[in-house]
Amino acid sequence: MQEKAPWDVKRELLTKSDDETDPRYGCKPEERPYPDIIKFGIINLDKPPGPSSHEVTAWVKRILNIEHAGHGGTLEPLQPLA
Amino acid sequence: MTGVLPIALEEATKVIQALLIAGKEYVGVMKLHKDMSERRIREVFDEFKGKIYQRPPARASVKKVLRTRTIYYLDILEIEGRNILFKVGCEAGTYIRKLVFDIGRALGCGAHMHELRRIRAGPFTENNIVTLHDTLYLYNKWLETNDIKILRKFILPMERALDFMPKIFIRDSAVDAVCHGAHLTAPGITHVESGIKPSDKVAIFTLKGEAVALGTAIASTEEILKATHGIMVRTDRVLMPRGTYPKLWK
Repeated sequence: MQEKAPWDVKRELLTKSDDETDPRYGCKPEERPYPDIIKFGIINLDKPPGPSSHEVTAWVKRILNIEHAGHGGTLEPLQPLA
Repeated sequence: MTGVLPIALEEATKVIQALLIAGKEYVGVMKLHKDMSERRIREVFDEFKGKIYQRPPARASVKKVLRTRTIYYLDILEIEGRNILFKVGCEAGTYIRKLVFDIGRALGCGAHMHELRRIRAGPFTENNIVTLHDTLYLYNKWLETNDIKILRKFILPMERALDFMPKIFIRDSAVDAVCHGAHLTAPGITHVESGIKPSDKVAIFTLKGEAVALGTAIASTEEILKATHGIMVRTDRVLMPRGTYPKLWK
């Protein structure tokens, strides 16, 4: 059988032993305050043609004035036509 | 070429390994070097679905040995003369330029890639994609207004990178031990997703939905649900800083 793409796989959440979480610790990801929103953040970037994935990552670092950033998978460069 | 390039910031760079192994989706235009019948083109496209063998191209950064990759789907969207507009869903590390070249060889006419755009990297798609210009504009607007809603418009929580990984949720009392690199044992687990098999890569979450760590399951979903003790997940990569949750372990 043809293997499904990970985004087409449906998973069900099953309860083993439910519990409550203490609101004094941690934070829902969607409610993170500044600067944690950046510290634990990802930008879904539309890479422009031309610069490398690495160069684009460096630009994002400069724009946001942050120390570290990394990209999730190099986009193969388009080679000039022979 | 352009398209979806997720960029992880600061601490979130730790989730990159999950994105590197995540499947990708592309749309592209392949140019045939001779005229071919539509029937033949469709036949050959069908042969490239499922497991394929691929030798990485000369300029690739990996060893040039034949390896298998899974093509989840390979759809022809339009054929116009020698141009074929296609969409492909594939395993991480599939070289699309090479795929197009190999399809051209199988057709016997030769082919090359004319255009390519990545439309998905794991959970990230062209929905809510932003350009570098958007990033610069919105960041400056945030500096001016101090309105956090503006940051939330273009910076997503790192947890979104793990949307398609099988998830295991743990109670507050188990969080800090995992943050210190401890393996996850059965009593700490509250919920588990279906379909997990031993040696699957999984993500460990708090009950608030925060990512704690990436790990490798050593039991199946069914076994985890039944277990009363023992290690269920080997912790590979801690994502949450120590001390976020109280230390309730010795």
